Amino acid sequence: MAANSSTVWQRGRVVELRDVARDIRRVVIEPESPVRAAPGTHVDIAVVVNGEQDVRSYSVVESDDDGTRLALSVFRTPTSRGGSVFMHGLGEGAEVELTQPLQNFPLRVGAARYIILAGGIGVTAVLGMARVLARLGADYRFVYAGRSREAMAYLDELIDEHGDRIEVHVDAEGTPLDVPSLVGGLGRDTELYMCGPIRLMDAVRRAWQDFGLDLPNLRYETFGNSGWFDPEEFVVRIPRLGLETVVPKDRSMLEALEAAGADPMFDCRKGECGLCEVEVLELTGDIDHRDVFYSQRQQEASAKMCCCVSRVVTPAATGSRERKPVISIELS
Amino acid sequence: MSHPTSTTNKTLAHPLNAWYVAGWDYELTRKPLARTIANRPLALFRTEDGRPVALADACWHRLAPLSMGKTLGRDEIQCPYHGITYNSAGRCTSMPAQETINPSATVPSFPIVDRYRFAWVWLGDPEKADPALIPDMHQMSSPEWAGDGETIYAPCNYQLVLDNLMDLTHEEFVHASSIGQEELSASDFKVTHDDRTVTVARWMFDIEAPPFWLKNMRDKFPGFEGRVDRWQIIHFEAPSTIRIDVGVAKAGTGAADGDRSQGVNGYVMNTISPETDKTCHYFWAFMRNYCLDSQLITTQLRNGVHGVFGEDEAMLKAQQEAIDANPDYEFYSLNIDAGGMWVRRLIERMLEAEGRLAATQEPQPARVGA
Repeated sequence: MAANSSTVWQRGRVVELRDVARDIRRVVIEPESPVRAAPGTHVDIAVVVNGEQDVRSYSVVESDDDGTRLALSVFRTPTSRGGSVFMHGLGEGAEVELTQPLQNFPLRVGAARYIILAGGIGVTAVLGMARVLARLGADYRFVYAGRSREAMAYLDELIDEHGDRIEVHVDAEGTPLDVPSLVGGLGRDTELYMCGPIRLMDAVRRAWQDFGLDLPNLRYETFGNSGWFDPEEFVVRIPRLGLETVVPKDRSMLEALEAAGADPMFDCRKGECGLCEVEVLELTGDIDHRDVFYSQRQQEASAKMCCCVSRVVTPAATGSRERKPVISIELS
Repeated sequence: MSHPTSTTNKTLAHPLNAWYVAGWDYELTRKPLARTIANRPLALFRTEDGRPVALADACWHRLAPLSMGKTLGRDEIQCPYHGITYNSAGRCTSMPAQETINPSATVPSFPIVDRYRFAWVWLGDPEKADPALIPDMHQMSSPEWAGDGETIYAPCNYQLVLDNLMDLTHEEFVHASSIGQEELSASDFKVTHDDRTVTVARWMFDIEAPPFWLKNMRDKFPGFEGRVDRWQIIHFEAPSTIRIDVGVAKAGTGAADGDRSQGVNGYVMNTISPETDKTCHYFWAFMRNYCLDSQLITTQLRNGVHGVFGEDEAMLKAQQEAIDANPDYEFYSLNIDAGGMWVRRLIERMLEAEGRLAATQEPQPARVGA
């Protein structure tokens, strides 16, 4: 479901490795086709997990002007699914497959005030933004929270770089971040850019809404909605056309309908515009809504779905996978 | 040739990593203004609390001009066609007939800053938009200076205006009735430069004051008669701001050595914003450091300079037309072009740094008579 059409894969070589905090290793890669990485960009890297190819995303911490050296920083999580183990296993000179920098989290220059909020390893996504704001003389505060100083990458360098503008919160020292007091003190012209653990980001989102701040001013990366359930095969029917086809695990319903000759309307193919909407007539199963077009209320009602990204799954409660789930729809 | 010569480019492209004036501060209001700067159509307005905003003047949806819409709420603008609204960052805040907002729906928002009575916009790489790079025009908003100006819509490449201002020998011919005099082309001048600036200084000693300056002397020194020392010190700051320190003082009273107390001093403030490759917005003002409280003098000077610049405008329009009509003829240079040629070279270096110089090279035309 990678929606970014401009993804360019290339080879790169690991040229520098350095531990920058407990369990956090800085990995500098020289890509074959360098492109400057703006703050907020990430690269996807092909990793091997349990002997199988997979892809992981890592923020670009630093890039030189022409992008010939990209620095990432990888946290080896205790609960790793294997990507960080692979990355920590790389030696100098190792070759990797990676994308050119991808941007889902751009910094907007020109806001009246900024908060840059980093929680733990999330600092990797926002460090470059703070650097640009400092260079431009912008009005910003850099709030950096972590469990302990040893676990906070680049902490000393950032304190040197940002001086009075950085605010450090350390759980182990009894100075944890108080989210409501951070958000409650912000004016309506402040843009907040954050990256950190889901719990921290959820707390900020809730506080943001509680204090009635404008949602477009709260910026964070949405790594694309990968769905609540694993994709499975299902059957789609269009009674009016007397058409029935199977949607395989690795294909979207839109693609299956096109292949079956149903001529569906669509535009963005990433769950944003709503043009591929289909009407749900009958359903044995649940809909895994993966779009951002419908509101939560509309998704719960499940009268319609965006067939470009959303799928049909076996209800978790029944658990039976004997029979494929089936959906009957009408097209526009 | 290793370095592209300036003479092969009759007119130049404009650097994008630069601050250009988008308008006088008073021109940006709650009612959106459409203006193209550096080939980029902009919708310009202010938020409820007065901050300037520059958005691309094309709705994300069907590219209808946002400048035809209206401002709403604290910092929003509404597309006149289907009512989609954007905030000052260019992020969509409402879409018709749906409960959510497409997260991709944005229009570019450009850094814009109020300074020196102008709103300055940056259309290049936003990460380089350092307000410290705004050209110095401090006389515009200093309590030690008074004056006012206007905007000329000039139907020519911005470089032609810079050429015009960097060499004032043309005054003798174009502005004979006001500020021109023979001594201008007869006197020597000195050109200096660094990475961002070019200065051309010219002094004329013990001359008759031309009509414009005689009037100014009499405003400060009623009944003044006699000869004067006259100066024109042209300060260029890349890519397109030129301040000209001008004045006259009673002859032999030491103005050239720094004592200007026996004279009158003005600053001709000029900053040129390319609109397209063949048109520009030329913002100017005349500031003075005497009789600060006189609105009469402010108005007289503004009207006087308006008349002078009207003569330039006619010449620049005709020059651009002649350039277009004679594509196979080349420019030649004179010694008097030294200031203007340094300006061209600094601009070419900026374009080169942006990787855009090649695109501005025209095919090499034949030289007349060659």
